[in-house]
Amino acid sequence: MLKRVHFGPSALPYLLVAPQIIITLIFFIWPASQALYQSLLIQDAFGLSTEFVWFENFKELFTDEHYFGAFKRTIIFSFSVAALSMGFALTLAAMADRVIKGATTYRTLLIWPYAVAPVLAGALWVFMLDPTLGIFTYMLGSFGYEWNHKLNGNEAMLLVIFASAWKQVAYNFLFFLAGMQAIPKSLIEAAAIDGAGPVRRFITIVFPLISPTTFFLLVLNVVYAFFETFGIVHTVTQGGPAKATEILVYKVFNDGFIGLDLGGSAAQSVILMLIVIVLTVVQFRYVERKVEYT
Amino acid sequence: MADIELSNVKKSYGATDVIHGIDWHIADGEFVVIVGPSGCGKSTLLRMIAGLERITQGDIAIGGQVVNKLEPADRDIAMVFQNYALYPHMTVYKNMAYSLKIRGVGKQEIDRRVKQVAEILEIGDYLRRAPRQLSGGQRQRVAMGRAIVREPSVFLFDEPLSNLDAKLRVQMRLEIKRLQERLGITSVYVTHDQVEAMTLGHRLMVLNNGHVEQLGTPIDLYENPATQFVAGFIGSPSMNFLDATMGERGQSVNFAADASLGLSGDYSDHEGKTVTVGLRPEHLEIADPSQPHTSLNVQVVEHLGADTLVHGAFSQDALELTVRLKGVQSFSRNEVIPLSISPQNVHLFDKTTGQRL
Ligand SMILES: Nc1ncnc2c1ncn2[C@@H]1O[C@H](COP(=O)(O)OP(=O)(O)O)[C@@H](O)[C@H]1O
Ligand SMILES: [Mg+2]
Repeated sequence: MLKRVHFGPSALPYLLVAPQIIITLIFFIWPASQALYQSLLIQDAFGLSTEFVWFENFKELFTDEHYFGAFKRTIIFSFSVAALSMGFALTLAAMADRVIKGATTYRTLLIWPYAVAPVLAGALWVFMLDPTLGIFTYMLGSFGYEWNHKLNGNEAMLLVIFASAWKQVAYNFLFFLAGMQAIPKSLIEAAAIDGAGPVRRFITIVFPLISPTTFFLLVLNVVYAFFETFGIVHTVTQGGPAKATEILVYKVFNDGFIGLDLGGSAAQSVILMLIVIVLTVVQFRYVERKVEYT
Repeated sequence: MADIELSNVKKSYGATDVIHGIDWHIADGEFVVIVGPSGCGKSTLLRMIAGLERITQGDIAIGGQVVNKLEPADRDIAMVFQNYALYPHMTVYKNMAYSLKIRGVGKQEIDRRVKQVAEILEIGDYLRRAPRQLSGGQRQRVAMGRAIVREPSVFLFDEPLSNLDAKLRVQMRLEIKRLQERLGITSVYVTHDQVEAMTLGHRLMVLNNGHVEQLGTPIDLYENPATQFVAGFIGSPSMNFLDATMGERGQSVNFAADASLGLSGDYSDHEGKTVTVGLRPEHLEIADPSQPHTSLNVQVVEHLGADTLVHGAFSQDALELTVRLKGVQSFSRNEVIPLSISPQNVHLFDKTTGQRL
């Protein structure tokens, strides 16, 4: 027999969860349901007439070349951001793991970028790589390279990737470092006695043992690149030049608020919602799997 | 195959000295044990031999070669850790093959050696398993196996049995001893457990606060402890320590007006001195009441089956004393029993320095 816990007819539990539920309703459920509803409507550009069209907006999206372009771009962008920020964070964490003196200072310094707002992170990189004034542009110029992300789509893409990755390094670093420090020291020592040098130890022992962290961060970074990089793209390139950096979140904004295609834009956000749901499910399924250090 | 030579080895962490200058020669093929209470520096000393800790001062030589600056990998040693330190993401087979693979040993040779060692340790059936699928005892064997396949010239053990339950510990202890005898590889074994130390080591180093208290064979340490510390550390239950005054011409020690013990040996220099007398519980015996004896007022009796431990008060000063008697014996509380001890089993220590007199 299963025993159940019975709560008395008290209002307190409801009162306690109420703030969270209200916030979720107002800022998540309500807009999400609106988007869902909107995605089934077509409105003319002046907002005078609205027509219920079932999945017409989605059908249109799936035949839209531009949409597939943005999709491909987003995937390239996301995986580049994830790879770059994770790779860099992993290197830093591997080095920090060996530091004993001044470790706290080192860590604190590395965490700072995470506190920077996306818009500011974008602005920072725009300043440094401004085609006429940027310090990096100047340095590249002295090597004979003309940097101009306002004209060159690939350079623009590189710039948003760098700016987005840079901001995420601190976060990844923290997780990687925590993962590495959770590995018992005796394992590393055993490997050292077995004859493995630092690089080999990293490849054969440390990296496999932090794979749950790596997987967790991969999903997290992809989610970040998909959804949270709007501010960076907006300050750095506004999706340009010639849509070269128009990733999905930015396209939602562009089509909806600039192009005033509310139905199409809502359909796009519904698709993004589905993606985030899938990623979250994947995340939760695998976060459970932990390595046992014995 | 190699001997180990420690010359004035010291270790400090910052201003804290942990090891205070140790000289020791460990012969080729010898099984030595470093024993001492927790925090005395045993692991630190072992880890310096392994190359996992820097040597602050002095030299360590393995097989005649000074290894101070060598990486652990280049010292031709293998180590068994207290928590086994098996690689959790590798199978038992891969755990054992890891070092051979790094050394570039061929696949077939690796296979031959892993299987041979697995057979010796009876872990052949688990080769495909991950460490987490093994019991504590099996993990312990794998850790040993990983050390053995290397065929190193020195084995280092850091409390390898302390995570096992009591019964398994006794079993593995015997197995380690057999294995070492069979392989004949120089071994240094660290433990805080004096029984383990006594049963395993050809020779023991008793370490206390980073100082060597005594070096010697188990029997040496038991029969002629150099200090009160060693005397109290070796043997279970611990030796009884009682304050007493040396009698006339050093021929006896007097506890109170009513109790004294005769001595063998010449202690005439110490006449009148206050000393610490050490009496092993197992050396005290029930006396023939018609012969000279002292008396014990029984307080608590513990039955171990093979032995009986009697705790009681001794002499007018009610000094606490534990006696270990053979077999099952019954006494009631406050019963007074006559006790004696043969003079050569009475140990005397300087009350201030703790050195043997
Ligand atoms: N990394 C370290 N830094 C400072 N003190 C240490 C360090 N490692 C060990 N010690 C100290 O050295 C002493 C000996 O430690 P250890 O060799 O581990 O003792 P044991 O193995 O005999 O229990 C202890 O007092 C411990 O606090
Ligand atoms: Mg220790």
